[in-house]
Amino acid sequence: MTNKTQAAPELENIEFEAIDRSSFLMKGILAAGATYGAFAAGPMLRKAFAQDGGSEGDIEILNFALTLEYLETAFYEEAGKQAKLSSDVAALAKQFGEQEAEHVAGLTQAIEDLGGKPVEAPAVDFGDAFSSEDTFLQTGITFEDLGVSAYNGAGPMISSKDLLATAGAIVQIEARHAAAVRNAAGEPAAPDAFDPTMTVDEVTKAVTPFLAK
Amino acid sequence: MTVPTNPERNAIARAARDPFSRRKFLVLTGGTGAAGAFLAACGDDDDEGDTSASSTTEDMDTGGDPLAQFGEGDVGILNYALTLEYLEAGFYAAVAESGLFKGADLELVKTIGGHEQEHVDALLATLKDLGEEPAPEPEAEFPLDDAETVLMTAAEVENLGAAAYLGQAAAIENPDILAAALSIHSVEARHAALLNTLIGEDPTPDGAFAVPADAQTVLDGVQPFLKA
Repeated sequence: MTNKTQAAPELENIEFEAIDRSSFLMKGILAAGATYGAFAAGPMLRKAFAQDGGSEGDIEILNFALTLEYLETAFYEEAGKQAKLSSDVAALAKQFGEQEAEHVAGLTQAIEDLGGKPVEAPAVDFGDAFSSEDTFLQTGITFEDLGVSAYNGAGPMISSKDLLATAGAIVQIEARHAAAVRNAAGEPAAPDAFDPTMTVDEVTKAVTPFLAK
Repeated sequence: MTVPTNPERNAIARAARDPFSRRKFLVLTGGTGAAGAFLAACGDDDDEGDTSASSTTEDMDTGGDPLAQFGEGDVGILNYALTLEYLEAGFYAAVAESGLFKGADLELVKTIGGHEQEHVDALLATLKDLGEEPAPEPEAEFPLDDAETVLMTAAEVENLGAAAYLGQAAAIENPDILAAALSIHSVEARHAALLNTLIGEDPTPDGAFAVPADAQTVLDGVQPFLKA
């Protein structure tokens, strides 16, 4: 549908790449400078892409995920206030928004447990995402697909097995959200047999339009 | 503005208009043995706020490890996944041939089945790359009585499949295999959410954090489909 590109023009420029640790590593390091601006992440991000980033690397990955979850939570919250939605879609938005808020709480706790400092919620700007149910759904698809690809991309970089399991428990919900929102929009719930993986750089680019300047 | 629906999606589209009727799901599952077994296997849902997804890594060293029959370490996990994907692909192929679905509904069955076949192919290729013997395709039989039963079984199998991958994620050692497993895991989750929606069940039955299933739970869950 055409609205997808209107809602997230940056997505057109994203190249989904094959699963490749080395290119992920390179891109992550190259993008680190640009990434800090959007995510206010610390210098340990580089470590997150090394073979074993340790708990500091995990903290950076968790903060990266936390920013995404803050964005998703705000998106559904704002939708509940601003968008005119049919009852079924409004129910989805409410349920999924509450679940994203649980992800925020869970990630915040995990970061604190590791002795890290959770990033603050970013200032958001969702543009005309709430002008109609269709623009809401299309932007929702963008966010949920993005969440899936971001977690799947970061998963192999997580050092702690427990945190990996937690990230898995979250990404499965992001995928379920993506499928349900896609279905509500009349689009294929699972567009491919393998979900694409995105790098931090690509995810950053994709969410930049939704961060307030 | 109403939810845009594809007018060609006859029965499935109608079912999808009633997305959150848990009651309907439970009434229907009461009558099917396979679905009942699934509910029994997966009925112990954790609290919604539970982030401590249980890890199976500690279980790997125990003598009764049900994964051991599939091989050691990552190879065992790959063959276990292959067995599950064989079951899924075989199920959708049988459904497609059953004549129970037509038009766009049949296309959806074929699309999901095609994904499962791609998973089979990818797992076979990975095992071949590793120089390991792939597990044989299991002989299976599925309830194909009517379209509704089939959708229930599909939802059951997909939810179990997603939980199965989640249950192994932390045990996978090779990062490339982990990355591949993650990209399959989220597709199983998409299938599960869609099918849950189509049968009137919550697309996120576990709440905000998906609950993993260990190998024994999963194998018990698919047991009704395996020919003795």
